[in-house]
Amino acid sequence: MQSKSFMNADAVESLVDEMAGKLWSLMNERGIQAPLLVGIRTGGVWLAEMLHQELGLEEPLGTLDISFYRDDFTRIGMNPEVHPSDLPVPVDDRHIVLIDDVLHTGRTMRAALNEIFDYGRPASVILACLVERKGRELPIQPDVVALHKEMKPGEHITLTGPEPLGLVIGTESNRESRNGESGAET
Amino acid sequence: MNSTDKITILQGRLIDPANGIDTVTDVHIENGKVAAIGEAPAGFQTATIIDGNDKVVCPGIIDLCVNLREPGAEYKATIASETAAAAHSGITTLCCPPDTLPVIDTPAIAGQIKHKARKAGYCRVLPLGAQTQGLKGEKLSEMAALKEAGCIAISNNYAPLANTLVQRRALEYAATFDLLTIIRSNDRHLSDQGCAHEGKVAGRLGLPVIPEAAETVAVARDLALAQTTGAAIHFHTLSSASAARTLAWARREKRRVTADVAIHQLHLTEMDIEGFDSNTHVLPPLRSTGDRDGLRQAVAENIISAICSDHQPHEADAKAAPFPATEPGISGLDTLLPLTIKLVHEGVMDLSTAIARLTIGPAEILGLPLGRLQVGATADICIFDPDTYWTVVPDQLTSQGKNTPFGNWELPGIVTHTLLKGRIVYQRD
Amino acid sequence: MSRGPSLQLDDAGRLRHFLTIDGLSRELLTEILDTSEGFAGVSERTVKKVPLCRGKIVANLFFENSTRTRTTFELAGKRLSADVLNLNITASSTSKGETLLDTLRNLEAMHVDMFVVRHAVSGAAHFIAKHAAPGVGVINAGDGRHAHPTQAMLDMFTIRRHKGEFTGLRVAIIGDILHSRVARSQILALNTLGVSEVRVIAPRTLLPIEARSLGVHIYHDMDEGIRDVDVVIMLRLQKERMQGAMLPSEHEYYRLFGLTEARLAAADSEAIVMHPGPINRGVEMASEVADGSRSVILQQVSYGIAVRMAVISIIIGTQNQQSQDNKG
Repeated sequence: MQSKSFMNADAVESLVDEMAGKLWSLMNERGIQAPLLVGIRTGGVWLAEMLHQELGLEEPLGTLDISFYRDDFTRIGMNPEVHPSDLPVPVDDRHIVLIDDVLHTGRTMRAALNEIFDYGRPASVILACLVERKGRELPIQPDVVALHKEMKPGEHITLTGPEPLGLVIGTESNRESRNGESGAET
Repeated sequence: MNSTDKITILQGRLIDPANGIDTVTDVHIENGKVAAIGEAPAGFQTATIIDGNDKVVCPGIIDLCVNLREPGAEYKATIASETAAAAHSGITTLCCPPDTLPVIDTPAIAGQIKHKARKAGYCRVLPLGAQTQGLKGEKLSEMAALKEAGCIAISNNYAPLANTLVQRRALEYAATFDLLTIIRSNDRHLSDQGCAHEGKVAGRLGLPVIPEAAETVAVARDLALAQTTGAAIHFHTLSSASAARTLAWARREKRRVTADVAIHQLHLTEMDIEGFDSNTHVLPPLRSTGDRDGLRQAVAENIISAICSDHQPHEADAKAAPFPATEPGISGLDTLLPLTIKLVHEGVMDLSTAIARLTIGPAEILGLPLGRLQVGATADICIFDPDTYWTVVPDQLTSQGKNTPFGNWELPGIVTHTLLKGRIVYQRD
Repeated sequence: MSRGPSLQLDDAGRLRHFLTIDGLSRELLTEILDTSEGFAGVSERTVKKVPLCRGKIVANLFFENSTRTRTTFELAGKRLSADVLNLNITASSTSKGETLLDTLRNLEAMHVDMFVVRHAVSGAAHFIAKHAAPGVGVINAGDGRHAHPTQAMLDMFTIRRHKGEFTGLRVAIIGDILHSRVARSQILALNTLGVSEVRVIAPRTLLPIEARSLGVHIYHDMDEGIRDVDVVIMLRLQKERMQGAMLPSEHEYYRLFGLTEARLAAADSEAIVMHPGPINRGVEMASEVADGSRSVILQQVSYGIAVRMAVISIIIGTQNQQSQDNKG
């Protein structure tokens, strides 16, 4: 795999600011006061932590590891680096903001939604992502996006971090990723 | 072909340990006996010539323990199938233990087995008579009648005796008729429900164990009873170096005691049961490397004077279960001679000594005028190619039992001809 | 000949059966523990279930009764969304002369993906793994005196949860080592994971003859053996051992090897007390210890589900990868 830097930490941070702003207005518009932030491991958790700080929320944020919900388990087997999901408070009747780095096929989001619903019945779910690219395979659309990026076939974009954050674009002939690194199958 | 046919084995390496012979020569056979060695007798018109070049010519092998499974367990093997396999393996005489169904505790059963073996015509079969009625370990069998019916010795095989008093009486009674008692020495309380040597491997695998003491305690007891009763005893399939040392002492003391070992005990150890291969489930169990080495030494030094196959053919189902739940035993006829030659290649003993343990050794234990090839001797002969290797493929064993732990082993030695009383009973294609 | 370790792993080193700890690497054991961490959270949710093994069939093949082990395997399978069959074969088929292989073939014809096997005979799980159709996984849920690897792993999980890491730990296992498949698997796992010392404390009648070769230090004196240990593992003493010549009486056993608060005081002040259950109170340990603050016995039970979920899903994962390898 070859990869080159696409955005440095400063640029990414300003994108996160943009995300925070858009998210803030959407929540105002919907009258949501105390959302529960949930980041999808790994990149989404880094973003959620930043947003959590920017929005000044008191409640701890949640993290999801969707390994147990991946639809490619039947093809690639168990992710050996699975971490526990952690939703610190009940999700019932809560407004949830689901945060991921890159929205691509929509499969990760499908898995994350399924997992959240196994914890309870939220009042609503907002989908916020840093980068959106074409190639959806499921009817899933983001509510908050900081950057729309056109990508060539075979290219993929990944958030690296947590210190410093950066966006890299990589090309790979055969993109079969076993580790489910941030950015794959998104 | 009938027994009056004259046969000449040309230029084979004749190894006859009983007569101290190891030389390339011709062997001439007439009327079922060795007619001459070297030059043919005057006017000897040979009908069949066997090329002995690069082959060893030796007395036919005498195997002290071959379970034929008939009568009673013909689904495992039959007299016909196993005596044919014996001939294929160079064996001309074999003893079959009494634990058939019915048990060999009457002249009728002994006679029936001998009759069937004669009909098959491959091998001389010498039944061992049961020591106790029904092998139940309580009442003595009619040993005199069994001897008259052709039982060469008396044994209770694996079946335990009720107590040491029964054993004492049984030894005394056998001695009355000068019958040899063959014993698988085992203290049944110590061996309990065990199936593996009490050592590191069984400790790790959690297999129920048979301690070495199950054998050594019993050997000491049996020697004491033999001394008391004046009986001749033979220890069958010793498994521990410690028992071999006790035996060495008893032989120095000129006790009337002999012993054999199963060939697999000279090659395998407890390490081979790793992975729970049920084909390595044998009784007595495979023991430590030290035991194997001690047994090898005892065989080399003639303390143990016979090697047997302890042939126990099984149907596939008997071995298709978790290790402790399987029936013990190895189908050993096909590999007896090759595994013995392998000991020579491994430097344990020379070829002549190895052949002695398969021929004159067991013949002397049984008091038979066999296992030797001087002029006038019965022409039971095994001819084999000692240097060609073959690969053991379990399904291709000639025995009906395919249960061998030696699958994929490369072994030296291929039997090319077997002669029983001067008649070719097996010839390799 | 297929030895234990190679039977368990495929050519790529992936776990396809879980029969014994013997021959497994520290990395693999750690992977099982890490994956178990992931599953531990599932039990605390509203829907205690993940869809990972949906459509898979796990058959609990119990030739020996064990309500607890069977129940935790059943829950583990169900929480992975697998279909779970419970088969108690103690009496039914074997008494009809059906062999173990017949039973296996019949179940395979129902397209079972995994067998969880409990059997009274050592080596039973190996036997089933050797004869199972390709692609069918076997988990040993206890065979004779040989192994009980998932129990050992849940014990390791419990220890790691409390102690953080294995390096530097001293662990004492007390009781009937000779007949214990749990102890054998624990000893292998502890040594593989790199604890600094495993001690066994028992009278000689309850130890295998070459116990030291298992990789343990042997003590016959409880007070000496328990000194400064970080983890105390008590084993169950089967009542029938009292009837043979193994031990003179429960009373003497408890007096010499029973765990009391007073005895426990010699262990490290942070020491935890474990037991694979069910406990014979007043034989292996005092009630005050079993129910005391150092006891983590009930946690062991609940961690058992997560660990079994981890093992099942790792093996099903291997099967998925293998069928993918075959396609590609």
